[in-house]
Amino acid sequence: MLSIENITHSIDAWLNSAFNPTVALLLEYLIVGLFAISLFAILGLVLVLMERKVSAYMQVRLGPNRVGPGGSLQTVADTLKLAMKEGLTPDGADKFLFNLAPYVVIAVAMMILAPIAFAKGTQLWDLNIGVLYITAVSSLSVIGILMAGWASNNKYSLLGAMRSGAQIVSYELSAGLSVISIVVLTGSLRISDIIASQQDGWWLFKGHVPAFIAFIIFIIAITAETNRAPFDLAEAESELTAGFHTEYSGMKFALFFLAEYVNIFIVCGIAATLFLGGWMPLHIGHWTAFNHVMDYIPSSLWFLGKIFTLIFVIMWFRWTFPRLRIDQLLNLEWKYLLPISIVNLLLITLIAIEGWHF
Amino acid sequence: MIEELSTTEQGDLVINVGPQHPSTHGVLHLVITLNGETIKKVEPHLGYIHRSIEKMCESLSYRQFIYVTSRMDYLSSHINNHGCALCVEKGLQIEVPPRAKVIRVLMDELTRLASHQLWWGAMAMDVGALTPFFHAFREREAINDIMEETCGARLTMNYMVPGGVMADIHPNFQRKVKEFLSFFHTKIDEYDELVTDNVIFKNRMAGVGHLSPEDAISYGCTGPTARGSGVSCDIRKLYPYEVYGDLQFEEISEKGGDCFARYLVRMQEMRQSIKIIEQLIDNIPGGEHLAKTKAVLKLPKGEFYSRVETARGEFGVYIISEGGTTPYRIKFRSPGFSNLSALDHMAKGHKIGDLVAIMGTLDLVIPDIDR
Amino acid sequence: MNKEELKEHLATLLPSPTFEEGAEWLTITIDPAEWESTAKAIRKDFDYLFCVTAVDWRTHFTMVYHLTSTTHRHTLVVKAKLDHENPAIRTVSDIWRTAEFHEREAFDLFGVVFTDHPDLRRLFMTDEWNGWPLRKDYEDPVNMIKL
Repeated sequence: MLSIENITHSIDAWLNSAFNPTVALLLEYLIVGLFAISLFAILGLVLVLMERKVSAYMQVRLGPNRVGPGGSLQTVADTLKLAMKEGLTPDGADKFLFNLAPYVVIAVAMMILAPIAFAKGTQLWDLNIGVLYITAVSSLSVIGILMAGWASNNKYSLLGAMRSGAQIVSYELSAGLSVISIVVLTGSLRISDIIASQQDGWWLFKGHVPAFIAFIIFIIAITAETNRAPFDLAEAESELTAGFHTEYSGMKFALFFLAEYVNIFIVCGIAATLFLGGWMPLHIGHWTAFNHVMDYIPSSLWFLGKIFTLIFVIMWFRWTFPRLRIDQLLNLEWKYLLPISIVNLLLITLIAIEGWHF
Repeated sequence: MIEELSTTEQGDLVINVGPQHPSTHGVLHLVITLNGETIKKVEPHLGYIHRSIEKMCESLSYRQFIYVTSRMDYLSSHINNHGCALCVEKGLQIEVPPRAKVIRVLMDELTRLASHQLWWGAMAMDVGALTPFFHAFREREAINDIMEETCGARLTMNYMVPGGVMADIHPNFQRKVKEFLSFFHTKIDEYDELVTDNVIFKNRMAGVGHLSPEDAISYGCTGPTARGSGVSCDIRKLYPYEVYGDLQFEEISEKGGDCFARYLVRMQEMRQSIKIIEQLIDNIPGGEHLAKTKAVLKLPKGEFYSRVETARGEFGVYIISEGGTTPYRIKFRSPGFSNLSALDHMAKGHKIGDLVAIMGTLDLVIPDIDR
Repeated sequence: MNKEELKEHLATLLPSPTFEEGAEWLTITIDPAEWESTAKAIRKDFDYLFCVTAVDWRTHFTMVYHLTSTTHRHTLVVKAKLDHENPAIRTVSDIWRTAEFHEREAFDLFGVVFTDHPDLRRLFMTDEWNGWPLRKDYEDPVNMIKL
């Protein structure tokens, strides 16, 4: 069967037979790097288009429909436009930090890509502390945002960055606790183990109500961590014009924009991995026939399908809800989500110890 | 708490909101002093769109000056024209034909609906929900089409003239208005489902920007802004003009005094406007639409004041005549100007996000404030 | 209250009100010096100041204050005649809060000085603007077209 796993294995075998092992390894690094970068570019184009089409659908309009068939090349044209634009650096800005910030944000987004399993046997780096790595690295993006807000020498940017800082640091806790609840159930930090443990059913279904609560909290927390509406206070356009990226233009702005969408993709990928079984097809207990039918759908399609469903939900949030106020945002985390997560984690621990999960 | 915050100290953040800013809906410039996220002071700087309409009117005849007033509160241009026409009619003691009276009221209420629809969309956009804006514009478009057929314009109508209305209604007018009403009945319930009942929206609005009834009167607030504080100030009820005295409708008022109360007042006013239109649309009397007037209008020496209720509050026209063909002095009492003066009082001690919500519920139209 | 009753009621509040006849609403004229005491005396009955107008009569200015009671619904117009050279009158922004903006507007466009006003600055015009645009003798060769 043609699967990504087979393709990568045959490429690996061919490279090792044609070159000596060191060169083959270097070439593989190169291919992986190119793969990551092109995945980023394609993701940006696809997700921006998707967002515009989804929003248009919700706002009783058509959305982009002129460039390419059905407007499919609109984001390509937009990217070209942004690339052509002058990248302005304001006079009073701290030039080094100002120019560095978008690269920090995008680099962080790229780094989280490493441990994600895209399909069966297709993972850049299956390190044994995969989940820990993801939570650790994703919290670095706040540094990029704070850098951008501070270095812009703009009051709106500064306010946006400070809001973002408070927000990401707070919501990291709930997201972390939700992740830990799955780690408790699985007993491993390794991504491949977590996926393997969902062989006979996804944690969302196997873990009873507490796992479901953890999933809801995780979705709320990642929406907040990616600064998406209704938690888009860092760039609240009716209050702070554009928040931390007010002063950015051209390609530097495009990098922030791209990082936002890549981040959404990645956090939805993590959610899919932890709660929805990653690339694992929908298996129900011992229904062998049903499970076999499900196995015929390629694992990469399962993974992408789950991710895009979650992305659609997050876009749905954005185009429906009003924005929260900063104090309500922090209240929601510290007074509601965090206590619920802690109690929920205890329940999950109890379930795991007693072995009540399926 | 508020007293403590009243002075600018070291460490305060002073930021300019506007003259070009997504939430000021025009060229309003606010200088706000912040302590972190908390607002200490809001100082409006006006005049970016000041055209000195009062001065211009001094050299325009009584027929001409009405056109300028459409450009003040461009979302209530019919009602502005109406106020001016009433004032001139008061001076000349012209009796307006019954048909014109009913058409005027119908147009006023359609304008109010259109204005409130736009406000609803913009209000939701201010608090971060972008979708309602498009829904509101879809319905507003239907009203604009009706206006376009009868008045020839979609925004600055200049339809009401001293003595009546400039032209008779379009043959399609009644049918189209009825079609619109049956369509809008379902949409206004959708508005409530989408925004009013949203928990985040309620939390953003409730308890924010409190204005007590005493302060509302003292600041000269009118319209939904004051009625949200429980102050009765609907000119249509208190000093009925045209056929408002014979109509069945309620003056909406909410006790809350916060943003949510002001929001609810406007939402219910839309339903009241529908009620008024429904009462009149099948009962437009026949006859002339314009009373016979002299070619050149000369107001007798004296002072004339007329008040009408626009979508934003009380609009007053004060004409001082020396007996000539142009007013000696004309003063427009615009509702937005007084409502804006209460902004600082309402926003003190709240967050930046609240300022945007408060401005949204004041429904400011900047050319109306600057004139 | 009708006009006559209102007249009698005002006579109890004010020492010697001067009434002007022939207008739609009851109108009293006052000396600018008495404005503060008059305003304080009628504040309780007329809580809503809905219009503040300055009029340039070439020889003098008139300040017109339109007042209404939100409980009894009677309306009163107060007029004060000001000197043309040095138009000045006591502010009522501490009595009716709305007056703060209306008085700034009158100052900006007519140059009427409101003494004790907390923040008497230009409102619409730029701070460095010369002259008072709504005065009858105002000349601006650039922005005004002679008709």
